[in-house]
Amino acid sequence: MSAAGTTRTATEPAIETSPQVSDEVRRTTCYMCACRCGINVHLRETADGVPIVSYIEGNRDHPVNRGVLCAKGSAGIMQHYSPARLMRPLRRKGPRGSGEFEEISWEEALATATSWLAPVRADDPRKLAFFTGRDQSQSLTSWWAQQFGTPNYAAHGGFCSVNMAAAGIYTLGGAFWEFGTPDWERTRLFMIFGVAEDHDSNPIKIGLGKLKGRGAKVIGVNPVRTGYNAIADEWVGITPGTDGLFILSLVHELIRTGHVDVDYLSRWTNAPWLISRSTGAGFGLVVRDEAGKPLVWDTVTERLQPFDAPGLKPALKGDFPTPSGGRATPAFELMARKYLEPEHAPDAVSARCGVPAETIRRIAAEIADAAFNHPVTIDEPWVDFRGERHEGFTGRPVSFHAMRGISAHSNGFQTCRALHVLQLLLGTVEAPGGFRFKPPYPKPLEAHPTPHCHTQPNCPLPGPHLGLPRGPEDLALDDDGGPARIDKAFSWEAPLAAHGMMHMVISNAAAGDPYPVDVLFLYMANMAWNSSMNTAGVIEMLTRKREDGEYQIPKIIYADAYSSEMVAYADLILPDTTYLERHDCISLLDRPISEPDHAGDAIRWPVVPPETQGEGRTVRGFQSVLIDLGARLALPGFVDEDGSPRYADYADYMVRHERRPGVGPLAGWRGDGTAEGRGAPNPDQLALYVANGGFWQAEVPQGARFMKQANTAYQDWAVGMGFYDKPQPYVFQIYSEPLRRFQLAAEGHGPHQPPEHLRDRIKMAFDPLPVWWEPFEQAALDVGDYPLHAITQRPAAMYHAWGSQNAWLRQIHGENPLYVPADAMAEAGLADGDWVWVISHHGRIKVRVRGMRAVNPQTVWTWNAIGKREGAWALDPAAPEARRGFLLNHLIKELLPEKGDGLRWSNSDPVTGQAAWYDLRVRIEKAEPGEESLPRTGRQASPVGRGPAELRWGKGWA
Amino acid sequence: MTSLPERTERKMGLVIDLDICVGCHACAVSCKEWNTQGYGAPLSDQDPYGADPSGTWLNRIHSFEIQPEGAPAQIVHFPKSCLHCEDAPCVTVCPTGASYKRVQDGIVLVNEDACMGCGLCAWACPYGARELDRAEGVMKKCTLCVDRIYNDNIPEEDRVPACVRSCPAGARHFGDFRDPASAVNRMVQDRGGMDLMPEQETRPVNKYLPPRIRDRHATAPETVRLASLAEPEATGFLGWLDRALGRLG
Repeated sequence: MSAAGTTRTATEPAIETSPQVSDEVRRTTCYMCACRCGINVHLRETADGVPIVSYIEGNRDHPVNRGVLCAKGSAGIMQHYSPARLMRPLRRKGPRGSGEFEEISWEEALATATSWLAPVRADDPRKLAFFTGRDQSQSLTSWWAQQFGTPNYAAHGGFCSVNMAAAGIYTLGGAFWEFGTPDWERTRLFMIFGVAEDHDSNPIKIGLGKLKGRGAKVIGVNPVRTGYNAIADEWVGITPGTDGLFILSLVHELIRTGHVDVDYLSRWTNAPWLISRSTGAGFGLVVRDEAGKPLVWDTVTERLQPFDAPGLKPALKGDFPTPSGGRATPAFELMARKYLEPEHAPDAVSARCGVPAETIRRIAAEIADAAFNHPVTIDEPWVDFRGERHEGFTGRPVSFHAMRGISAHSNGFQTCRALHVLQLLLGTVEAPGGFRFKPPYPKPLEAHPTPHCHTQPNCPLPGPHLGLPRGPEDLALDDDGGPARIDKAFSWEAPLAAHGMMHMVISNAAAGDPYPVDVLFLYMANMAWNSSMNTAGVIEMLTRKREDGEYQIPKIIYADAYSSEMVAYADLILPDTTYLERHDCISLLDRPISEPDHAGDAIRWPVVPPETQGEGRTVRGFQSVLIDLGARLALPGFVDEDGSPRYADYADYMVRHERRPGVGPLAGWRGDGTAEGRGAPNPDQLALYVANGGFWQAEVPQGARFMKQANTAYQDWAVGMGFYDKPQPYVFQIYSEPLRRFQLAAEGHGPHQPPEHLRDRIKMAFDPLPVWWEPFEQAALDVGDYPLHAITQRPAAMYHAWGSQNAWLRQIHGENPLYVPADAMAEAGLADGDWVWVISHHGRIKVRVRGMRAVNPQTVWTWNAIGKREGAWALDPAAPEARRGFLLNHLIKELLPEKGDGLRWSNSDPVTGQAAWYDLRVRIEKAEPGEESLPRTGRQASPVGRGPAELRWGKGWA
Repeated sequence: MTSLPERTERKMGLVIDLDICVGCHACAVSCKEWNTQGYGAPLSDQDPYGADPSGTWLNRIHSFEIQPEGAPAQIVHFPKSCLHCEDAPCVTVCPTGASYKRVQDGIVLVNEDACMGCGLCAWACPYGARELDRAEGVMKKCTLCVDRIYNDNIPEEDRVPACVRSCPAGARHFGDFRDPASAVNRMVQDRGGMDLMPEQETRPVNKYLPPRIRDRHATAPETVRLASLAEPEATGFLGWLDRALGRLG
């Protein structure tokens, strides 16, 4: 009671607690990142009848997100209505980089593109380089490029996480990400390596919540303790680039103490396969019978037997005769001896890893305890590919997940393989409580294509570009043994470059190494900015001119939905739709939305027509544009016999295209609407998807849900679904024979020989058993000059997204400091907000710092892709992203420090060519205070204007 | 001055589990998205594409670094919105009666028609949980999605605040603290749920579950034999292997 005033009794006003939420709900698939969640899009109609997207929430029925939605998903409205949206096709008017364009019609744009592409196809199809970024339609884009006939196609996996993908397929027959998942329901100990955020963004968060609720232990292995690592029960703040050492030390401990699943290894891996120890061209290869079947030594019959014979008790150690009179030893013994060496002991790796030896020993013991003292069993009878019946599945409840942090190093492929071998030693793959594949995975290496590169004018490529070489004979080489592809993928520089090497395309094209290109065609990849190493250098390459005044890369076509930095450096812009205005298919031919117990795929569909979503908006879904271009170029498969376009648009393709008879982009509601997996095209298919919330699922039968790679019930079901045409059971590959084939070539055996300068590197890198080497950049430097590691990560609220234009998300992450360990701050006399020079062997940037303790003491880091070029993304040139935000990319060279041999050595993994982003070494020096981060890269005019000064989103709707 | 009800019929609020909050901002953005088009729309944004973007949010995530004694540093993500206090100083300080606490469920709301934007309530709130919308000139705050939780147009299972429905990790829970058997009360009892800044004597309804102890390890599990099997070879690992294979039968 105030003496001075009266006391009011608040009268509760009548409020509307049950309003109509919207006029209509349309269910589709999110595209704010790679997670592919189901969303309910609420629409309201204006008085003029224009639909407005008014609210987006997660779809509870959807298998990926079960109703939840991340920050990006909820901010989707701001993306859909972003002022940075491109509205009409554009043709460059000013010099590259200026951002000066003129609007043109679609007919003019498509005629221009055709006039550039047709002569290339008729003359030398290699002169087209077609690369896509966050493309979720790779089964179409790759097929288009194949029909065009250029060998130069890939998506962005080469600078993303191909090490993880390739190591997974060569070892397990499938990778992490959306191809498999920890068994969240049953795992007891979960270790997550190098993950800030992931494609499986919401499922991982849902899963972590489940683990925590059950009291399972979570161990985060990461130099930075943010995000998932912040909630880990234990944090291992490992030094970047040493994960392989750490993992092999765990392997050492588990083998040393006898904690390996001998039964699992004998039955389900190639641990018992006999490896030739006879010197010569066969040394280290698998011993096979006349039919080509790998052999094991059966201790019951005391003779050689094919590995898949029933009733075997194969030897895991010993020295045995081979059919050709040589000697052989089981792969397991080779592995055990290798990892029992003292170089793998915890005490030997501790200092390098920044992890106490006692911690390594204890974690190994905790893994062993969870795996072997707490087995999980599921009583479901099943029959394996040997014809042996089992009464149930036994699992080891330890699971692992990993992502870019361990893979974006020059030793990443073998590090990822080490992790998979650890999983196999514990018997945790496809077993309850461990790691479970999602259909159509697991698939053996043999079910994947090999790369194709042979070009002829006006002819399609004879097969897909991307594949998995089994040996040197599968490389993509020209007649002289040099790289056939512009990115040098599948050359001796990067033999297993399964996702291509997009990060090398512009650099190689500008250098004319191995040859120049005429047209660079990019989709949804910001290669002039945050998706390239050496950003300032790439900008120079994109604007470099030849003596005749023509640009070094003469023609650049770019398709994007937004006014990105890359737009300013292209000559012809094909404006894409937003994700709410388009058709898409999340296909089993590509990266579907399956779960371990379900196969699934999904669509996007135009929940709002693009022409209603902005004045003069005339944009087209890129996939429809590509189909149109395919018809204009008369590419096989895109035209009918009379030369008329075969498909009206992408939606028509999604329904009618058949990759194999009865197998198309979408597996649901085929034929008369009741067929699944296989069946004739069904004209009503898309309507049935829409009615079901935009997705389809088929249940994996009981008894077929575990050990899928060996399980006859699963194999038969998979054939029925059309994943493959005959059962393809296989065993996991602890010992990788394809790697050994490359190593043998480097040792001088066989007709396919690497160039001399690569011989030693291939001998080292293609070890058939996982191995660790020092990251290349630091090995080439005096690390005393560059004592710190420098890495980046994307924040959860922007991962795999286009956050900086988003009015809501940029309020969360509007600028990025360099986070510096507390001791390094003190040593350099730094306080929060000070400016420093960050110096690498390649360049220097000036940025602001913030101190941090929850970080590896030798590591600085920042949020990636916050920094923007002035004028891009419809932002004010004075936006914090443009003034103080920065890219670490300027410090990262796409090539290694020069060795004095005149050669251009890619800063990549020597096995897969994955960009080694996280090998960066730097030092920091205090700088004068400033207002802007350096370097500056100039300003681009905005072809779409600027965003409004204020938003009152939702006002007046109710 | 405005008075508070002596007792509310129900005591609706949130439990926020700091052990599993990964700081992803999903709750904050879904809150903004729902509320800018729902009750009390809009939540405006100033200079949204400019040099100094800002806006009205009813829920924000704060991140703190802590350095425990003898253990690695930790980061704790801390979502913060109105705690719907039983002794809400933001209500008692309101000169117009615009701020009020509902008798039926204890939700603290602002009657925007009566709010003059004086900002006293934001000053009185010790948690900084109220934000004056610069475009509308009135105070905005968490409503516990009062236009969702009783909404007959929404499926029953979705009648929870937007932040609870969207949280991917399941770190947010909604319920009636008046009911001793409610799930939220059980969680608070089981996990040592805490009041935020109890010394302020606001008696907040929302509760926080503290992070579980991290980075404290017993020695290696006793059930695991850590003795080396590697030497000498006859009885070492490869000898063990023979015995292990023999046991498979």
